[in-house]
Amino acid sequence: MTTNHAPKRDFSLTVNGEPKTVRAYPMERLLDVLRQELGLTGTKEGCGEGECGACSVLMDGALVDSCLIPVAQAEGARVVTIEGVARDARFRALREAFLECGGAQCGICTPGMILAAAHLLEKKPKPTLDEIREGLSGNLCRCTGYVQIFEAVAEAARRSAAT
Amino acid sequence: MRSDPAEYELVAPASLQAAITLLAENSTWLPIAGGTDVMVQFAAGTLAARKLLSIWNLPELRRIEALPGELRIGAGCTYTNLRGNEIVAREFPLLARAASWTGGIANQNRGTLGGNIVNASPAADSLPALLVYEAELILVSARGERRVAYREFHTDYKKMSLAADELIRAICLPRRFSGYVHYARKVGARNAQAISKVCIAALGRIEKGEIKDVRIALGSVAPIPIRLVETERGLIGKRLHPALVALARKTAAAETRPIDDIRSTARYRAAVVGNVVGEFLERLGAATTGHE
Repeated sequence: MTTNHAPKRDFSLTVNGEPKTVRAYPMERLLDVLRQELGLTGTKEGCGEGECGACSVLMDGALVDSCLIPVAQAEGARVVTIEGVARDARFRALREAFLECGGAQCGICTPGMILAAAHLLEKKPKPTLDEIREGLSGNLCRCTGYVQIFEAVAEAARRSAAT
Repeated sequence: MRSDPAEYELVAPASLQAAITLLAENSTWLPIAGGTDVMVQFAAGTLAARKLLSIWNLPELRRIEALPGELRIGAGCTYTNLRGNEIVAREFPLLARAASWTGGIANQNRGTLGGNIVNASPAADSLPALLVYEAELILVSARGERRVAYREFHTDYKKMSLAADELIRAICLPRRFSGYVHYARKVGARNAQAISKVCIAALGRIEKGEIKDVRIALGSVAPIPIRLVETERGLIGKRLHPALVALARKTAAAETRPIDDIRSTARYRAAVVGNVVGEFLERLGAATTGHE
């Protein structure tokens, strides 16, 4: 089908603290805009239907699957991706804990896991194991068996509490 | 195969009034809220509508109003909003629990109660709770507002009493169930991100040893979520005892119309229906013993 219903439009959003304007079709997925228009390829595509969490980002502080967000719904939003987490000192303990606890193996789920963990720790700085499991329940990992990931989040919480 | 975004229009009006005006002018717009269902169809290349009307985050749909007689939940409230609301947690715990079972945290941050209703999945976890709490829906269009019982809203598989120019504005829950025993259970392949094989929401109240009131609703066992009317009738006014429970289990299984599908079989579902109804009645009995 070649019917073209929507011209591209300009959408403004803040990505990792920087104001950005992108020219896109309104139904383009935030995931594709981040990766292709803005070159932020740390956000991964897994299932493309909101089941696996590989494309997790924070939008106005809420954890979301960027594959389910049309960019028109991100107009004016503040988006944080793994690239933003990577250079934010607040998340240092989380990054280090993932490395030291073996929370990352093949790496595809890792950006989403870290975003989900960051979102959890923001709301619950001292999560129980059950709260960690629930906070990360929308993020699938086929390598680790999850135990090291849960340990990494618990370790990050301990280190953040200690500093 | 994924759809081509160039073929789709999406507009995002700033107010509910602007949204219903657009719907009145041209009812081919498909409303999209958090996108947890619509965007999945888009991903699969099965989204037939080409013009989408975003109602995500419209302030008029995002409020939870506590009136003396009812709780009025804006249709655009997310599962996260429901889980975070104290009155929902205290007076309508079955809805709070269903919200916590729906998807993972990212889905709960986007999926809305109104969206769950219009998506009309027989497996939707929040709908049995709406049935037992006798929810009513406020529907809005440029023609005005009307109020319908949720129980009469879904008429058949994916069919509902909603005109093309109407939106659900709010879901109203009468505040009269605090003295009830509330029971909910979801049976699925895993805890998170699983679609139910069977889900149940039930309410009951025993007075002077007799079942004064009982409501049982199930998801995933018929084309739409259903109330077990016959089972309820067989219980009201009776004393709970093992023979009555056995009869209720049998009636419940006979009242459902489960099917074989990718998630389960009709036979398994019928067995689980009996088991969850039995477990609910046990809890009802246990919770009431010693309170009289």
